[in-house]
Amino acid sequence: MKPLSRMVQSVPASGIRRFFDLVAEMDDVISLGVGEPDFVTPWRVREAAIWSLEKGYTTYTSNYGLLELRIEIARKHQERYGQDYDPAREILVTVGVSEALDTAFRALLDPGDEVLIPEPCYVSYGPCVQFAGGTVVPVPCRAASGFRVSAEDVAAQITPRTKAILLSYPSNPTGATMDREGLQQIVDLAVAHDLYLVSDEIYDRLSYDAPHISVASLPGAADRTILLNGFSKAYAMTGWRIGYACAPAHVIEVMMKIHQYTMLCAPITAQLGALEALRRGDRDAAEMVADYDRRRRLFVRGLNDLGLDCPLPGGAFYAFPSVERTGLDAETFAERLLQEQRVLVVPGPVFGEGGVGHIRCCYATATDKLTEALRRMQTFISSL
Amino acid sequence: MNELRNSVLRILERDARETPERIAAMLGAPEESVREVIAECEQYGMIRAYRTRIDWEKAGEPRVFAFLDVAATPERGTGYDRIAERIYRYPEVHSVYLVSGSQDLRVVVEGRTIQEVANFVAEKVATIDGVRGTTTHFLLKKYKDDGDLFVDDAPDRRLAVTP
Ligand SMILES: Cc1ncc(COP(=O)(O)O)c(C=O)c1O
Repeated sequence: MKPLSRMVQSVPASGIRRFFDLVAEMDDVISLGVGEPDFVTPWRVREAAIWSLEKGYTTYTSNYGLLELRIEIARKHQERYGQDYDPAREILVTVGVSEALDTAFRALLDPGDEVLIPEPCYVSYGPCVQFAGGTVVPVPCRAASGFRVSAEDVAAQITPRTKAILLSYPSNPTGATMDREGLQQIVDLAVAHDLYLVSDEIYDRLSYDAPHISVASLPGAADRTILLNGFSKAYAMTGWRIGYACAPAHVIEVMMKIHQYTMLCAPITAQLGALEALRRGDRDAAEMVADYDRRRRLFVRGLNDLGLDCPLPGGAFYAFPSVERTGLDAETFAERLLQEQRVLVVPGPVFGEGGVGHIRCCYATATDKLTEALRRMQTFISSL
Repeated sequence: MNELRNSVLRILERDARETPERIAAMLGAPEESVREVIAECEQYGMIRAYRTRIDWEKAGEPRVFAFLDVAATPERGTGYDRIAERIYRYPEVHSVYLVSGSQDLRVVVEGRTIQEVANFVAEKVATIDGVRGTTTHFLLKKYKDDGDLFVDDAPDRRLAVTP
């Protein structure tokens, strides 16, 4: 038979897969390896979706998504970030941030165009760029700078082929957040070199120590930023597959063309659930965030007590401690911890080169489980 | 100070077993301050009690509960207070609330059998001076009690590893 696509085959399989196979054969594992909330979707959102099904809301919607939902999305961005988007032309409702990412890169890139991606980062960015024909240029971020990307490191990688910079704060896997000045420096670079910014702000609500700063709201950014956001994390709606992109009208138009032919529209049930989340889910989201915050402090202190150095991450629901003091590399640490103490964490290098020597632990888990996980990690580390 | 105090209270409200040490870690506050705050809340009655919510059905010792609507005649100067007191002094009375609407007091009574509760209502509550009438609703099944589910909630359905 003729070979499958060489381009797709050149993209490596996800490093998470292996742990998935390992854990499938084990009992009594405490998993800190997840990337989603432990809450189920707030009942009012589930109930709104059930109601919509009962009433027969089972059709396609506008390719852009329901106008009421786009109006609520615009209202959220106006209220939280003072950023105005035109619901009619500047917002596209997508099948999760995942589809928005894919569509954004396909809208931006021609073969050979380069995208600067700060690492460690969420695993999908690189492959999405490659599937769109682009070239990934990693920008390593270091623990010493709190895994924040620096303008100098970005500037050093800019070439005439650079088309876009990806930003993703609060960060999966590091939990890092960026302040206004740090982000503004990146925006200024983008302006100076005429680059697009793709900003994945799916964890915006999960910012604990300082209010989240939306990249598009910074001076100079609005007309070159594709902002991506969704409902998976803030409203515990990962399985609904719903998100959105906000960008200048001419960018949304191109993204819409792709979305129209590949996805047609996001599922109407999920759109109506998302509408309820934005209209009346604020209190539910705030309670979940307050809970993550308490777990964050409890868990991170526990890690530091174990000698796994971990500055308090400002956002998302991940801690990204260093395992260097144990003398093990991240992969060995994660594999032995799973096999010897049945605690699952994800080795940092899965998320890119900058993740060497670190592990990702998701603390979106009940506190008694977190405490038990810390106890097992203690046993493991003492045995080394 | 009030912000710390209420954050501590919110944690204890959900789980009275949380220790000052863990609460301090969760809030990023000094353990000593958390201890002080708790002592103060106990002293001034902001913390009324530490209890455990038990499913006695599961423990094999089922109990009978009834919700009692009591119509009463308020008294000059003290309103319903005297009547409420005559009711809440009984150990079989779980809670007593003054409520708006067609009835005045809502009382939760606990007993071992339906007969026992019915007798208590007939003999002790209905006969109080100023009580005009009672309506008794026996509890048939507890779904949720003070925020806690008494039926099994959805299990954790997440995959063990996701990006
Ligand atoms: C940074 C980041 N972006 C995007 C996604 C995917 O989001 P969605 O569920 O909206 O597709 C995730 C999920 O883990 C994520 O961590």
